[in-house]
Amino acid sequence: MVRLEKLTKTYKTGDQALKAVDLDIPEGQVLALIGPSGAGKSTLIRCLNRLVEPTGGKAWLGETELTSLSQGRLRKARRRIGMIFQEYALVERLTVMENVLSGRLGYVGFWRSFLRRYPQKDVDEAFRLLDRVGLLHMADKRADELSGGQRQRVGICRALIQDPDLLLVDEPTASLDPKTSRQIMRLIVELCQERRLAAIINIHDVALAQMFVQRVIGLEFGSVVFDGAPDGLTPDVLTQIYGEEDWEATIQKDEGRSSEEVEESAW
Amino acid sequence: MVMSVDHVQNLPSHSELKYMLGRRWRKPRFIKRSWLRWLLGVGALIYLIAAVMTVEVNWSRVYEGLDRGWKFVSAFTSPDFVSRGSDIWEGMLESLIMTVTASVVGIAISIPIGLGAARNISPLPVYLICRGIVAISRALQEIIVAILLVAIFGFGPLAGFLTLSFATIGFLSKLLAEEIEAMSRVQAEAVRATGASWLQWINYGVQPQVMPRLIGLSIYRMDINFRESAILGLVGAGGIGATLNTAFDRYEYDTAAAILILIIVIVMAFEYLSGVIRARVQ
Amino acid sequence: MVTLQKEGVMSWRRRTTGRALLGWFGWLMGVALFMYCWQQISASTTWFFVWDAPRVAEDIWSRATPPRWEYIAKLGRPIWDTLNIATLGTLIALCFAVPVAFLAARNTTPSALFIRPIALLIIVSSRSINSLIWALLLIAIIGPGVFAGIAAIAIRSIGFCAKLLYEAIEEIDETQVEAIVATGASRWQVMAYGIVPQIMPAFAGIAVFRWDINIRESTVLGLVGAGGIGLQLSASLNVLAWPQVSLILLVILAAVVLGEWVSAKIRGAII
Repeated sequence: MVRLEKLTKTYKTGDQALKAVDLDIPEGQVLALIGPSGAGKSTLIRCLNRLVEPTGGKAWLGETELTSLSQGRLRKARRRIGMIFQEYALVERLTVMENVLSGRLGYVGFWRSFLRRYPQKDVDEAFRLLDRVGLLHMADKRADELSGGQRQRVGICRALIQDPDLLLVDEPTASLDPKTSRQIMRLIVELCQERRLAAIINIHDVALAQMFVQRVIGLEFGSVVFDGAPDGLTPDVLTQIYGEEDWEATIQKDEGRSSEEVEESAW
Repeated sequence: MVMSVDHVQNLPSHSELKYMLGRRWRKPRFIKRSWLRWLLGVGALIYLIAAVMTVEVNWSRVYEGLDRGWKFVSAFTSPDFVSRGSDIWEGMLESLIMTVTASVVGIAISIPIGLGAARNISPLPVYLICRGIVAISRALQEIIVAILLVAIFGFGPLAGFLTLSFATIGFLSKLLAEEIEAMSRVQAEAVRATGASWLQWINYGVQPQVMPRLIGLSIYRMDINFRESAILGLVGAGGIGATLNTAFDRYEYDTAAAILILIIVIVMAFEYLSGVIRARVQ
Repeated sequence: MVTLQKEGVMSWRRRTTGRALLGWFGWLMGVALFMYCWQQISASTTWFFVWDAPRVAEDIWSRATPPRWEYIAKLGRPIWDTLNIATLGTLIALCFAVPVAFLAARNTTPSALFIRPIALLIIVSSRSINSLIWALLLIAIIGPGVFAGIAAIAIRSIGFCAKLLYEAIEEIDETQVEAIVATGASRWQVMAYGIVPQIMPAFAGIAVFRWDINIRESTVLGLVGAGGIGLQLSASLNVLAWPQVSLILLVILAAVVLGEWVSAKIRGAII
């Protein structure tokens, strides 16, 4: 589904953010990307939709090779890649509905989008998605009136209305409180399962990653240093990724997890 | 790792969804009352049409003017600084002199008035008087003040100097007062708590907070004063304006271009200087 | 800050002696410059007139009061022209200022090397020169009248509006733009969804602010022949018809206050 071949990014300053990364993601797999700040997580996902231009290597989305696309083709490819941002990145002065519909911009012409005359099919889909994340009653509120968790849900709707094959998720929970973080992570994973979407999720919170994904990639200095199931994240592995620290408290024990699940379903 | 589906949905909104599906969606209007929206829209349209209709344009005159306009534009490529060199030099010097003196005097007077016009540090009667002065100074334009002062004091840079000083007071006092009103109360109260006198309080509690802004605004006002001084000559209040007016009257576009270029360069120099100074004081 | 050892006692000074001397020298130069400038002004002033000023002022005041109220009937059209000069001038200026601002802003300019300096040059030239001078110039080119006034106001306002607007564009939140780009939007869609909503409040504020200033400026454009109520002012001054002058000044004052009130109301409604 997604395949990276020696993907490399060297910034003008000479910093090597990605060092020939190879990666293969099958359809429907949700993958967490962990690693210290500056390890190249953000660069990696931005190289896929070319918000950052990679300097070497290749990347395939299905049959499409992404790194050599012309501007017009790139726009078409970007429609198939939904992106969710750390600080939500909603256009704050537009309404919730406009923000969601902006996910269809790649499909509609300029004047249609400018006059806000989207096809009814898109409008219905926007309503359905907003209903799915529980924000239908907020549709005509302005985005800056929403709380952090609500904004992130709108961000998720915007990404999903693109009808993507791949979801890029950049630190979705970094600005949220622990409870909302879990809700958002759960929502993303559920929606990916419903739609059989592949997803790459950048995440700081190792415990949260372990809780929700099937596969974890550890990145350090732009290279993959771990690739495996969440259970494989032993203190040794974490030390290799992040450096020396007492990791025992971070790793989720099975008992701990289930008890928290119980606690949470009570609210 | 399978979760129940309805975890995040705190509202049972499916009936709402059924109602919404298939409905057209329109962006909520900025003005919600439709009659008001139409009234404003139609009113604006009628006004615009009426306004454009009443502008009388003598198109043949404009067409003739294009030639002269082109001459003026091309004069910028060959500005003439020399043939009226001494006039330009004297006018520029006079403009600069007016700028400097008016800025110094204006700033010196605006500081006490600005203090008086800040509600949080001055008593009500003082506040009202100072706000009154500010209002008068802001309502009267430079050029009108200049006309009156020329009528009273006679032609020459003195009228221009007084005009610019007066205008500086309105501008600077208002902004200074707003700055003082917006300052941190805690810092000022801490100084007052030491038992400082009013002057000491202003010196230690207020001045440090507003000083960078005051310096920035003063330089900005100096810049404005220079630009204004260029037009005061039109009504006989001194400065480069008289020379410029003469140049236009005689269709000496190359001299006019030279003067305009000088004004632009000096304004740019002021802006550069203010950038440097502001960077240093902040 | 330094501490000095003087007769065995530590005493605190804010600055070193050298720095203090330099500071004093700076002040001295400043005072000298001011004195020189003042002397120049004094030299080109006829002091006899100045000593006579209170009497002249009293004389003018007695001639100017009461204002000739019935003259207001003739001021309707000039007031209408003045309003049009300000409004149409502002609208035209905004049409030009928007593209110039986008070309001048670092994050939207197509070429930082060639086009941006040109846009900045347009801004600084338009800003540096007062609208009265622009009017003077335009009258020399296209003849006196309201049209020259509108053009003068428009040209002067382009630089002002474009400068404030491009500063607002440079301050937008880039991640919101990035999010729109990531959806596969075209360049113009990114503009309409990512950038325009972010600068809209600034744009409205600038437009109203400039309109307020333009009301003031258009009242005096007539002094050089560019239409509006200034024409009547200039004509009345030329024949020393002081009661008319005082009435016109009152009308201008009212227009300015009204303009400020309206713009404050609109700004309150938008923001």
